[in-house]
Formats: sequence, C-alpha cells, structure tokens
Amino acid sequence: MAKVKHDIGIAKPRSSLNNKTGSWRTEARPKFLQKNCIGCKICLLICPEGCITGEAKNTYNCDYLYCKGCGECAVICPKKDIEMVKE
Amino acid sequence: MKQFIEGSKAVALAVKLARPGVISAYPITPQTHIVEELAQLIADGEMKAEFVNVESEHSAASVVLGSTATGVRSFTATSSQGFLLMIEVLFNIAGMRLPLVMTCANRAISAPLNIWNDQQDSMTARDSGWIQLYAENNQEVVDLHIQAYKIAENKEIMLPVMVCMDGFILTHGAEVVDIPDQTLVDKFLPAFELSDKLDINNPKTLGAFADPDHYTEARYAMQVANDNALKIIPQVADEFKKIFGRVSGGLIEGYRIEDAEQVIVAMGSVVGTIKDVVDELRAEGKKAGVLKIVTYRPFPAEVVYRALKDIPQIAVLEKAVSLGASGPLHIDLKSVLCGREGKISRVSGFVIGLGGRDITKNSIREVFDSLSKEEVSCKFVGLKLG
Amino acid sequence: MAEAFKTLFSPGHTACAGCGQAIAARLVVDTAGANTIIANNTGCLEVFSAKYPETAWGVPWIHSLFENAAAVASGIEAALKYLGLKDKINIIAQAGDGGTADIGLQALSGMWERGHDILYVCYDNEAYMNTGVQRSGLTPFEANTSTSPIGKILATGNLRPKKPMPEIAFAHGIPYVATASVGYPQDIQRKVKKALAIKGPKYIQIHVSCPLGWRHAPNLTLDVSKLAVETGLYPLIEYENGKLTQVRKLTKVKPVEEYLKSQGRFKHILNSPDAIKLIQAIADSNIEKYGLIEKKA
Repeated sequence: MAKVKHDIGIAKPRSSLNNKTGSWRTEARPKFLQKNCIGCKICLLICPEGCITGEAKNTYNCDYLYCKGCGECAVICPKKDIEMVKE
Repeated sequence: MKQFIEGSKAVALAVKLARPGVISAYPITPQTHIVEELAQLIADGEMKAEFVNVESEHSAASVVLGSTATGVRSFTATSSQGFLLMIEVLFNIAGMRLPLVMTCANRAISAPLNIWNDQQDSMTARDSGWIQLYAENNQEVVDLHIQAYKIAENKEIMLPVMVCMDGFILTHGAEVVDIPDQTLVDKFLPAFELSDKLDINNPKTLGAFADPDHYTEARYAMQVANDNALKIIPQVADEFKKIFGRVSGGLIEGYRIEDAEQVIVAMGSVVGTIKDVVDELRAEGKKAGVLKIVTYRPFPAEVVYRALKDIPQIAVLEKAVSLGASGPLHIDLKSVLCGREGKISRVSGFVIGLGGRDITKNSIREVFDSLSKEEVSCKFVGLKLG
Repeated sequence: MAEAFKTLFSPGHTACAGCGQAIAARLVVDTAGANTIIANNTGCLEVFSAKYPETAWGVPWIHSLFENAAAVASGIEAALKYLGLKDKINIIAQAGDGGTADIGLQALSGMWERGHDILYVCYDNEAYMNTGVQRSGLTPFEANTSTSPIGKILATGNLRPKKPMPEIAFAHGIPYVATASVGYPQDIQRKVKKALAIKGPKYIQIHVSCPLGWRHAPNLTLDVSKLAVETGLYPLIEYENGKLTQVRKLTKVKPVEEYLKSQGRFKHILNSPDAIKLIQAIADSNIEKYGLIEKKA
C-alpha cells in the first residue's frame, strides 16, 4: 500500500537550495570583475537571493544557479566592479 | 478521590492531572469557571504551567498552537461566539496535526444573543479535522479530558481533540465526581513528545504551504488519521478501564437497546434524561432505548449501524440544526443507515433544547410517541408559535 | 556546495527579482543567528520562502495564519519559559504591513501589552503585494494600488496617509521601537542586534521596496528605498524606554518629487503640483516632528 504522508507542510531546513532559480534570468547576469573590489561586502549583504559568496577583496562571485539577474549588486557596488552582461 | 464539585472545577482538576505546560484563554460564559480555576491552581502553586491571558479567542487558540508546536502540552477552552472567533485557528491546528486538547462549554450562537446551552457552536467545527467527544455527565467530562490527550497524541492519529460539555447543565452543575490519582494518570498518559517541533537543534519549517500537487494528500492523511482514531479510541477506553476501573469514553454507548423497538440517538447531557424516560417506558412495557454518541467526529458509522440495524423506529434528538437542511447528527445518521440491510423503518429528526430551552421528560416521551407515526426530518420540539 | 552560502535564509526561494523584503528578511535572520525561532504571518515572505516540500529557512520557523504570528510567538515564548529555555533563544514574529497594521494589529497589541520577550518585525512594502497590490493601512497617501486605482472620475490614489504604527507601538510602552529601511542594510543589522539584547517586546518596521508593486526596475530597490529616507517621507527613528533616542539626520533633504518620480505608483500626480505639495507637507512634518535636520547652533 502506498505510504500516507502525515507531514505535508513540514520542510527540511534550507531545502529551497533544490530550487534553481537561475533559470528565471532572461536578460542579463552580473559579472564580477574582481579588479577594483575593496571587499566592502555590500553586494553579499544586499543580494536578495543570498547567492553571493566571497571572503576577501576581489574574491566575490555569485552562483548563477540561483541568481535571478536583478542587478542590484551592480548598482550598489561602490567601485563599479560588477557589471551586467547580456545572457 | 470522590468529590462533590462543579463541572468546571472538575475539568480544571482533570486538565491539571494531564500536566499541560501552557494554558491560554479568553473569558466567555459559560467557559469562565474552567479557566478561572486553572489560573487559581497556578497562582496557588498547585500546578506548574504558563497561563497566557489573551485579547481574543483567536489569539488563545494561536498561543496554544505555538506552544504545542514547541513541544509543550497545552490547553484552552471556549464557548459559542468565542468558538466561532477561534474557528479559523481550529482548522489550522488540525491541518498542522498538532495534538491539542480543548474544552467546548457548549452554548448557543448569536443572533439573537443567548448565553444558554445548545450544541450549535461545536457543530460548526465538525468538518475541521478535530476529534469531537461529547460528555453526558461530569464524571465523563473528567475521564474524557484525560483520554483526550492520549487519543490526540497517539502517533497514528496526531489530531486535536475537543471535549464538548453542555454549558451550565454540566459546567455549572455540581455532582459527585471521582478525580483520579496523579500517579495513575501519569501511568496512563506518558509525557508529551512531539517529533516535528520548533527546535533550534533540528530547525524544521512548520506550516509550509502546499500546492495542488500536495494539498489533496494532506487532507487525505487527515481522513486516514480519523479512520485510525475509530480503532484507537476504544483501545484508549479499554486501557482507561484497566487503570481506573471505570467504563468511560469510547465511540458509543447503548442503553437498553438490545431488544428495543424504539431508540433515540443523542449526544451530551440530554442522554441522562432520556435514560430516565427509557426506564419509565420499559416499566410500562414499552421497548425503548437510547444510543449515546460519545465520539461524534470521527463519526463511528459502522458501530452505529451495527447497534441500530435491527431497531425499527429511530429518532435523532439534537441541540443543533443545519439551517436549511436538518439536524447535523440526523443527516450523518441517515447517510449511514440509508440502503443498508436491517429492520429500520424510519429515522426521524428532532431539534430540541436550543438556546437553553428546558428539555423535559414529557418532551422526550412525545418524541417516543411520535415515532410510531410518519417519519419527520427536522421537527422542532416544543415550539411556541402564535 | 550549499555550505558555501553562510545564510539562514537560503537561495532557491521564489521572491521576485530585486525583492526588498527578501533582502531585509535575510539581514534579520542572519543577525539574529541560529538560536532563533520565527513565527511568520501569511504573506509574500511566507509564500516565497516556504513552499512544501522546500523551505529557505535554516532556523525553526512556523507559519499558521495571516493575523496570528504575534500570538503564535507568544505561545512559543510561554512554552520556552515552561521548558526553561527562554533566555537561550530569540523569538521573532514577522509579517508584512497588512498582516501587521491591519488584520494582525489586535494580536500584535496583545503581544506588546502582555510584555512577551519577542521581536516583531514588520516588512513594510506598503500594500498587499502577495494578493496583487491592494491598499493596506500602511499604503502611503496618493499611491496607486489595485484597490485605490486611478479612475476616469476618481483620479486620486490612496486617500489616507500611513497608519502611524511606530507611534502605536510606542504608546504600548514597550522598551524598543525602531524604523529601518532596506536602503540602509547595516542599520537594519545594528537595530536587530540592539533589539534582541533588550528584554521584552520590540518592534522594528522596515521599509522594503517592492519593484512589482511600486513599479520600478528591480535593480533600483535600494536606491528607491533610500530616497524615501532622504526626502523625510520615511524617517529612521528609535524609541527606547519611552524616549526618542536616535534619528537618522538628513544632511541634504531631497524634494519628495525625486522619490515620487522614481516609481510608477505615483505617476498620476507628477503633473499635479497640489498633490505633490501635500506629500511634501508630510515630509516637512516628519522633519519637524523628529528633528531630522541638524539645527545650527
């Protein structure tokens, strides 16, 4: 007999990682130039997806599996070290 | 220990024996004495629990939803309008499969405003997924509250349970009641363990929304849990009898129905009055009986059918009406008995005792008398028209 | 791979591109840390973060109904007290502006009045975005929403100013009330940290732009939110123990027109000097009331 699921509505922590929202991008993606980065971390802080990682200057990048291409990181980067490029 | 006490106080003592950690309530007549007593027990240090005084029944139910989800046994109680204000949360608690226990001190609903007893309030939650138990007297009130936690927390069930007791008649009526010993209750009811709870060491999400791919299965699982409850509720009653030496709870209780030709089906305190009438009729040589529905949800269809299949004349007597149709219990019973083998010739429906109208022995006799006439589906007993 | 993301609000959620609420929600939970339990009202945040069988949350998180997160959180707090765990765990209740200022206000008022040790966060995107941009009690004056639309006869947007939620919170005598803006991410972190160190009920209302509802490009979320602060329309303030203790001073006050023209929801008044004047008056009144400009000696 098929198993009855009595826990519908309960989800394992951070399981949304299974959902690759990068496919939503239609126009542009951020390119992390890693040239003039000062490591201020503001891009990481404000990414709505939380898909930017990096530890020190010129190491920041984003995971295109999740990036929806909103472009906020490129707008906020004080050194213009992130640019939006066509998909 | 036997005590001569008010029904509400008996509820409070029964709840105390179940050792809940959080109680939340908003006052409404006739539920008030229950929660006042619990607040006093806590204030006197006789009970260790957090009592949260809230600003509405909606929040009372939400508080105990939150505390149960954190893994702490909890309790709330309400009546009437409070019940209706709570109902959005009640459906949610059942859907989240949280094994909460509450008391519904049954009272009429507005308009017109009326604080007295009938069962129209809890009837509105019959489709909610809550298990509903209806008590006949205050001993049963005590026993059902203790059994309720054990039923709710059973891993095959995991549904909330409400114990329904007639407002004033039971809540404010004093009777001799045996309050069980704590040691026996502890033996009967183990400590509450919730596997899917709010726990920082195992951080789960509770209450994620389900799209059309999953929602049907969530509701199906609740239906399966209700089916499981039909098997488990009698087992809990058996275990209760073993430990406490008393028959209490279960799905139904038949009184002198074995050879009966006329049986009234009813729930709650009115059953006591019907039993008295049955005894009188039996003394007069009439084959009368009464079938008490203890567990109204899940509806014990097969058990009810087996109990009634050879009874020619059946009446459903209820303190509720599904306006525009007939009494809810009558509708349920019709669907169970319709087209089945047996000697049943009629299943009449009677609405009685709304808004606290006294139910006299005479009015019950009238119902028995009218059973030999044609079938009625929604007859209001004792109407004062014109 | 997943471990590369050091956040308790994981990628893979389904917020719109550029969602201000997603940014603020991450800042809040990551500042609070893993020893946190969250109760979330129904709304955008709940829907885009917890779609069975997936969830973005890395902390214990519960959603019950639209209006009861404050009461559910009160129950969680009572349970933790009973278990003796209260001092080790932060409790956050959170909701959008409709869930907070409209349908959830009664439960929230109860939570404040009872003094529960809970941080309540309102993500204020100024309308019911989840259901399609309907007007809420926190929709600003003149905003064009789907239930305060610009019509052929009735050519004004929302007719009422925002409900003064921070003042309503303040009037409950709770120890900490603050406003914040997604335009100032570090300020959000600071305020959440500060709030969680205070015992008792706390309220933080974060202005979060919604590109879809406010009608601006998704890459301008922070800039637009910032403009609300820089014009005086969304003052960033802190009340502590019954006193206004801090405000974000404005070095150069921008005219409200700059904020209004950055979004489609105010397009209908851009050629109406009278309407703009009325909105400028709201900003001027905020500047005066909260002392947003440093007074020269």
